[in-house]
Amino acid sequence: MTRRDILSRIAAAAMAGPVGLEAAQHVHEEAAAATPAGGVYKPKGLTQHEFDTLRTLSEIIVPGASKGSAAEFIDLLASQNTDMLTIYTGGIAWLDEAMKRQYHSDFLGAKTEQRTEMLDKIAYRKNRTAELAPGITFFNWARRMTVDAYYTSAAGIKEVGYIGNRGMKEFKVPQEAIDYAVKRSPFA
Amino acid sequence: MFQITRSAPVYDVVIIGSGAGGGTVTKVLADLGISVALLEAGPMLHPEKDFKEHMWPYQVPHRGSGDGGASYFGRGRAFGFFSAHAGGWQLDGEPYTVAEGSKWNWFRSRIVGGRTNHYGRISLRYADYDLKPYSRDGIGTDWPISYEDIAPYYDKAESFIGVTGSKEGIRSAPDGVFQKCPPPRVHEVLIKKAADKLGIPCIPNRLAVITQATNGRPACHYCGQCGRGCIPASNYSSSQVQVFPAMQTGKVTLITDAMARELITNDEGKVTAVSYIDKKTRTEKQIKCRTVVLAASCCESTRLLLNSKGKGHENGLGNSSGTVGQYLTDNTGFSLGARIPALEGMMRHDSDGMGGAHLYMPWWLWDKKTDFPRGYHVELGGGYGMPGVGSFAGVCAQHEGYGDSLKKAIYDDFGTHVGFSGRGEMIPNKNTYCEIDPNVVDKYGIPVLKFHFKWTDAEYKQVDHMEKTFTDLIETMGGTVVRRNRLASDKISTGGDIIHEVGAIRMGNDPKMAPLNKYCQSNDVKNVFVADAAPFVTNPDKNPTLTIVALAWRTAEYLAEEMRKGNV
Repeated sequence: MTRRDILSRIAAAAMAGPVGLEAAQHVHEEAAAATPAGGVYKPKGLTQHEFDTLRTLSEIIVPGASKGSAAEFIDLLASQNTDMLTIYTGGIAWLDEAMKRQYHSDFLGAKTEQRTEMLDKIAYRKNRTAELAPGITFFNWARRMTVDAYYTSAAGIKEVGYIGNRGMKEFKVPQEAIDYAVKRSPFA
Repeated sequence: MFQITRSAPVYDVVIIGSGAGGGTVTKVLADLGISVALLEAGPMLHPEKDFKEHMWPYQVPHRGSGDGGASYFGRGRAFGFFSAHAGGWQLDGEPYTVAEGSKWNWFRSRIVGGRTNHYGRISLRYADYDLKPYSRDGIGTDWPISYEDIAPYYDKAESFIGVTGSKEGIRSAPDGVFQKCPPPRVHEVLIKKAADKLGIPCIPNRLAVITQATNGRPACHYCGQCGRGCIPASNYSSSQVQVFPAMQTGKVTLITDAMARELITNDEGKVTAVSYIDKKTRTEKQIKCRTVVLAASCCESTRLLLNSKGKGHENGLGNSSGTVGQYLTDNTGFSLGARIPALEGMMRHDSDGMGGAHLYMPWWLWDKKTDFPRGYHVELGGGYGMPGVGSFAGVCAQHEGYGDSLKKAIYDDFGTHVGFSGRGEMIPNKNTYCEIDPNVVDKYGIPVLKFHFKWTDAEYKQVDHMEKTFTDLIETMGGTVVRRNRLASDKISTGGDIIHEVGAIRMGNDPKMAPLNKYCQSNDVKNVFVADAAPFVTNPDKNPTLTIVALAWRTAEYLAEEMRKGNV
């Protein structure tokens, strides 16, 4: 079933009356099934080494990021845009160089605690020095885009708790939610 | 070379533009049995195919960031990838220019329905005093019509397109024919409590969304995605609500990809045809007409008149007053965001609702003294919106780090933000206008518009007041401001940003001061009418679309009556 078919169904259902929960659920499932399937991914813009490094890094930034195909998302955009490609090839090369200088191993080959030590430096603006600046800038990009990839995936949307994008016959707000917020507000 | 081909039929009315004004005139005239030709500069709209309603971000490889992640570099599509418009701030091959020292942004959407396919759908009546600003405070110009003249057409417009709301009896926000507005979301409940405390009215929103089945259109299904276009047409778009139904009468000839170039006049100075570029073949064509209605948008209609030059009207058609292009305005805009700790940890629920807020704040100080002459209304944002690219960029920047703590920060942050946006009246000034740029043509060879724009203290002070009000509201609800414009001079929106451009072909009582009479008919050329926002004398703190529909309806009925009497 294509997206167009799904939309036609929504339109047909809507024309027949308010969209039923059944139809909404159907849309939800069809949409979920449309996520990219697994299998071995061949990088489109990055080299295999760069891609493997990025996948490992993104999984550290957001545990579960691979469920959101974060590295694939970034690789695709990098393959379409040289500005984006430069950010990642340059950033990953910087990271490997910095790791080699400190631990005599690139990022992928380093021990977990060595990776953590490096990331704890470049994950914060307060550590900005002339030496670390390129790493901090790169990590900002990787963090932002990994977060985007994960939280726009079915897994991330579910995890953050977005419940919507479905038909509703009547719009209601749970009284429990109102009570909770009012109680915690200055209007309690 | 352009080839001149003349099509044989003569249409009673040729309407240029299929947005709110053109769609309304088309529907009203077709229902009265008058045959019309509707020219649209863009292609046909196919809602099922074109609208991205209900699409998840993961259903597109770039997740909504655009090819190559364009949005990461500030080159993304205006209002995001999923928005229903077919245009943007810049159109390939169709430039406009801005005078040195001015800033202006012009949003155009080339498609059947124009900007009504994606717009915010806020539908506010102008108040009685909004139409008589000069009589009230000596600033600006009175409209040639009063609230009583337009009220019956507001009734018709609201009844037909469907608008939510409630009877409130507030002078700045006249009541209308309303459908039930859904209840406020949790953050809106808190905002209302803050507003109550500060003495600011906060009332059910007035959106062109139907909450009960209307004219064969089903009630809203509350997915919150009005801006993506609504396939079942539960909100107002001129394409789905007016143009498509009008076409079923058999009275409408829709010509798409037709970019109007010039109005052709005869020796008596009457318009006999519209010259347009058929974009598909890039050839010039002409369509004959007895009357013409300009509804190409405020600035495009202005451009068309100014580009229609000839003997006796060397400065443009219908421009003996010399005011075509003058008195252009946009609304002021200022926004402030906040994080509300009271919302953190709340049970997740579906807060999508209508595509827009369920409450709004009408201007409340209209009878009080302020240090700026005109008011604003407040639009609200917040809730558990569908996550998209950039949704958590703020958390990333603030929290930094990585791993489980970052994920927790994102979880805790989701749905805890609210936003306030002010939309205020701008007073027309002599430094704000548009004219033809003598040096630049678009890819069809049509001379383009050059914009001049200046805010004045009246607007700057109003925006200062917005900032204070929003800060007070946020603090009253225990929130913290998270987004603040860095420079005072950057606080106010750029002219055109709010996409409420009006004026430039004003209606008025004195033909020396205004190109149009009080029925939006050209004083110079009696078979020319204007039915978009160009005839507006001013724009108060109200979104213009509802008034475009109401005035276009009135103009269409007047035109039909004048035709019946043989006057045009």
